[in-house]
Amino acid sequence: MKISGCRKIVGGAGEGKALVSSQPINFLAMIDANTGKITDEKHELFGRSLKDVVLVFPNAVGSSVGAYVFYSLRESGSAPAAIVCTRADITTASGCAIASIPVVDLPGKKPLSSIAQGARVRVNADKGTIATV
Amino acid sequence: MELTREEEKALRGEKGEVLASAYRILAAIGEATGAKKLIPVRWAHVSGVNYNTIGDAGVRFLDSFSKQARVAIRTTVNPMGYDLKRPEGISEKFAEKQASIVRSYEQMGVEPSFTCTPYEVFDMPRKGTQVSFAESNAAVFSNSLLGIKTNKESALSALASSVTGKAPLSDLRLDEGRNPKVKIQADFQFENELDYGLLGYFAGKTVKGPSVALAGIGDSLSRPQAKALSAGIGTSGSCGMFTLGSPKTKESIFAGREEMKKIVDELSTADDGDVITFGSPQLGLEELNTLASLTEGRKFKKRCMIFCSRAIHNQAVKIGLAGKLEKAGGEFMCDSCTCLTPYVTRENYDSVVTSSVKAAYYMNNSNKVGVALKDMKTIVREYTQ
Repeated sequence: MKISGCRKIVGGAGEGKALVSSQPINFLAMIDANTGKITDEKHELFGRSLKDVVLVFPNAVGSSVGAYVFYSLRESGSAPAAIVCTRADITTASGCAIASIPVVDLPGKKPLSSIAQGARVRVNADKGTIATV
Repeated sequence: MELTREEEKALRGEKGEVLASAYRILAAIGEATGAKKLIPVRWAHVSGVNYNTIGDAGVRFLDSFSKQARVAIRTTVNPMGYDLKRPEGISEKFAEKQASIVRSYEQMGVEPSFTCTPYEVFDMPRKGTQVSFAESNAAVFSNSLLGIKTNKESALSALASSVTGKAPLSDLRLDEGRNPKVKIQADFQFENELDYGLLGYFAGKTVKGPSVALAGIGDSLSRPQAKALSAGIGTSGSCGMFTLGSPKTKESIFAGREEMKKIVDELSTADDGDVITFGSPQLGLEELNTLASLTEGRKFKKRCMIFCSRAIHNQAVKIGLAGKLEKAGGEFMCDSCTCLTPYVTRENYDSVVTSSVKAAYYMNNSNKVGVALKDMKTIVREYTQ
């Protein structure tokens, strides 16, 4: 699998196992910033960790303070290696800009269905590409 | 997004690390929202003040950021963790971390407003004025009711606007984005403010675009109804504005009693609670007035916390409203609000009673206590004598 033409939101590159969610995430309310674990029992990724993964999800929702959670994840060593959004939002973009987490998005396309859960992928935000390794 | 030569220089770090970080944030959100340029904004309202929301990493970030950062425009801030005059039950560690956060913001030159309802505390700028509001209920309220323009900013994007005086021109800052593409058709009797909060939560959860049209709820709202609706929308989604009425839209989504009941089932996780909290958003004079008339001659049977801003509390004291509510057993908590409050923890309470959809969401998910979600009238009926 190789996807090109992604929009660069935050530059850089990262590699990890894809953690794919069809549901949006409220970072303030659903993420343990110390471990990277998703703590909301109703979320499809409940119990999974964001640490070192390539997080593939639609966009962040809810609290504006969610932006700080990306920074806290970086500080605690639990940050994702890269992020792929369907459409990047202000919370994700601003938080990742400060936490130096590469982010791309693919508005109008379907990254959620074209990236397999658990596949090892590399995101190069500067080149706008996502590829299996 | 095109940057001017001066903006480029700042992004490259030629004007210091603070502005470089701020422009990195603005560049990223500019890309995300498809902005073509940055524009001046007049006022920033920053979130991320309560220690429970930003944690130790946030404390360290602000401590370092504030050594160089100075606000370029008027900047107000969201509630902090607790009422500075009521530190009972707040741990020494929490108080220390909270003090560090407040010190950092003050060093930057913000107004220590500690409110999530700037629209009730300050004179608001003219219609059409561009601002950067991170507090979601304030962004939705200001866009929808006051015609002030802001995107649903994040804590860090509003901070970036605060030190640069700028924001990307996109989404709700443009007429195009303020024009809803989706309509929610409400088809049930609105009985109280809680119903507006539920509809807001449903709308936020359902709508992906920056704005939504709400049909079937009339063409004007009281301030408490508008606050409940704005807070509901801001809690569950990314939508930052609503319009009232029934414009022609591509998509129309039905919202009836059944849909509202599903949200109550999701948020109301207990039948009863050990403590009552009013607020989120912080109560204004209208809500305090209603609560005072409902509780006249009665007394709360359980602890009842009333969250409001210091400014509103001062006014309530002056006009005798605060005294009436205290007589009924209400405890005023200023500077802070229900969401992620350190006053309510799993160690001291199993569950809370609240009329706020936003409070219910964060009490369940962040404070990890049960929630009995009831409207204000019902709470007074069941919990006073």
